[in-house]
Amino acid sequence: MNEKILQIENLTVNFDGFRALNDLNFSLDKGELRVIIGPNGAGKTTFLDVITGKTKPTTGQVTFKGKPTQGKVEYEIARMGVGRKFQTPRVYLNLTPRENLELSCNRHKNVWNALFGAPSRAEARTVTGLLETIRLETKADLKADLLSHGEKQRLEIGMLVAQSPDLLLVDEPVAGLTDEETENVGTLLLALAESHSIIVIEHDMEFVRQIARKVTVLHQGSVLCEGSMDDVQNDPRVIEVYLGKQEDNPVAA
Amino acid sequence: MVDVVSSQSTKFGGRKQKLLIEAGIVGAIAILLIFIMPAILVGAGQAFRVNLLGRYLALAIAALGIDLIWGFTGILSLGHGIFFALGGYSLAMFLSLQLPSGQLPDFFSPYGVTELPFFWQPFYSLPFTLFAIVFIPTIVAAILGYLVFRNRLRGVYFSILTQAALIVFFNFFNGQQKLINGTNGLKTDTATIFGQTVSSPQVQTVFYTLTVLLLVGGYALSRWLTSGRSGRLLVAVRDDETRMRFSGYDPTLFKVLVFAISAGLAGIAGALYTAQSGIITPQAMNIAFSIEMVIWVAVGGRATIVGAILGTLIVNFAKSILSEQFPQIWYFFQGALFLIVVTVLPGGILGWLRDDGVRWVRSQVNKRRPLQTYPSLEEDPDVQYERKNLANRKPDR
Repeated sequence: MNEKILQIENLTVNFDGFRALNDLNFSLDKGELRVIIGPNGAGKTTFLDVITGKTKPTTGQVTFKGKPTQGKVEYEIARMGVGRKFQTPRVYLNLTPRENLELSCNRHKNVWNALFGAPSRAEARTVTGLLETIRLETKADLKADLLSHGEKQRLEIGMLVAQSPDLLLVDEPVAGLTDEETENVGTLLLALAESHSIIVIEHDMEFVRQIARKVTVLHQGSVLCEGSMDDVQNDPRVIEVYLGKQEDNPVAA
Repeated sequence: MVDVVSSQSTKFGGRKQKLLIEAGIVGAIAILLIFIMPAILVGAGQAFRVNLLGRYLALAIAALGIDLIWGFTGILSLGHGIFFALGGYSLAMFLSLQLPSGQLPDFFSPYGVTELPFFWQPFYSLPFTLFAIVFIPTIVAAILGYLVFRNRLRGVYFSILTQAALIVFFNFFNGQQKLINGTNGLKTDTATIFGQTVSSPQVQTVFYTLTVLLLVGGYALSRWLTSGRSGRLLVAVRDDETRMRFSGYDPTLFKVLVFAISAGLAGIAGALYTAQSGIITPQAMNIAFSIEMVIWVAVGGRATIVGAILGTLIVNFAKSILSEQFPQIWYFFQGALFLIVVTVLPGGILGWLRDDGVRWVRSQVNKRRPLQTYPSLEEDPDVQYERKNLANRKPDR
């Protein structure tokens, strides 16, 4: 059961002398849901950038499903089975949610298929099912431009799932959402965790508490500590750099 | 699930019917243009307008290409003059070579050229020429596009690059007297094709008819490309290329494809225009001309296809009529037109008709406007605030 889906060794990313990531080692088991927290500038987003091929590592390597991702560009890595959700929702605003999902769901992403292929019955069914999961059935044929922020977040998560990746990378999925929407997204992620490996980056500690099983704390580009939510919360180093003293931080208490 | 499938199949049936109706309308307009329009214009003593109409319909083919790459895909090319000229020169070279064997085109002799430059040789052949008209522009665009898009140059950088390429091509064609008669260009009206003079009414009628047919073909191609999955992908490139990349698509290839197709359309347009105007010169690669192409599409309506054709005809007929009456003011008018479209009608004529026109007509005939939203929403200060401050936030195009 301890098969590693993602392995990162001695990863360093150097931006003009600034080390956004510094000799970072990380691994994720298949089927695991991992939450990454850390103060601003700890390198969380750069970490995702490297995994998805947006940023090239200066040294070190990333191994996904046993294959190195070195030299691969974003769409190749996406086709290997990595899906990424951005901090601010990125969906195609001039397409409807149904069309958005359909494009992600499509298995043959080459030019030929774009010209001569048509969505299959099975794909149409998957899309309809997904619309139900993300609860956008009633707005399925409106332009995505007209959706609310929370709906766009859900739509983007839906698009990730439609891609049927093995690894989901989710960057601050609840930023700017109401409490109720936050809980919905949490439930959605937990449901997805049953069949996917997921990495979530999040600041909202209450949300982290809702979904986290294992937490990794990043600080200054390397892993500060790793463990269950309780372990991490009681680790003095984490309190020092991130959570703050317990007395003046009710969330961490 | 059953409901979904059945509703989809009825939707599909409706779409088929709509397509048939559209095809009928297009066919009717084509027949009108080919058989009736020339008769009307000749009857009204405006025979020369038939030729103008033919030329403008040829330009409309180039506008279709601009609509594909700019309107739908959001990539502003200001260098389509290159592809227009390449198509025009290909045909003009073929026509210039319709001579008794061993003879060189006249313009070569003043420059002391005694042997045909090597790249003229293939243009003796009609099939090669037809191939060249479409595929030389296509291949040039594909190479240029691949180099640029692969490096993820976008937006205004791409536009500037196309202008730079345009200047390079212009200077080359303009300076090479010994190769392609430089700034004088190639005249085609006195040349012969299948034993007939190109400027004779019979040959011109053939070219006019060909133009209408190819415009219909271009329309069909554009409709096909912009509907269904490929159409959605073009919109996706315009909306959020990064998202596309992370969803497993390689946007570079899609962009190269659309750019190449639009260049091919411009090449066809250039050839047909040359045949009907009787000359092609490096002025076709004038910067202003490439920008004009974009104006036609903007006036007609971006991403509407029909708008591209309509805009081309309206702007060009306005140009010819206005410059006959007041030769000085055309450029002011063109500038004003562009400003009006950008500020008042951002969707162009067709965009306005589609979005506001119906409502406007309805309000003119005093029918009640359909309720757009809940009245309480209209009065909610929070909603007003959001609308005012957030409504215009859109990702960079």
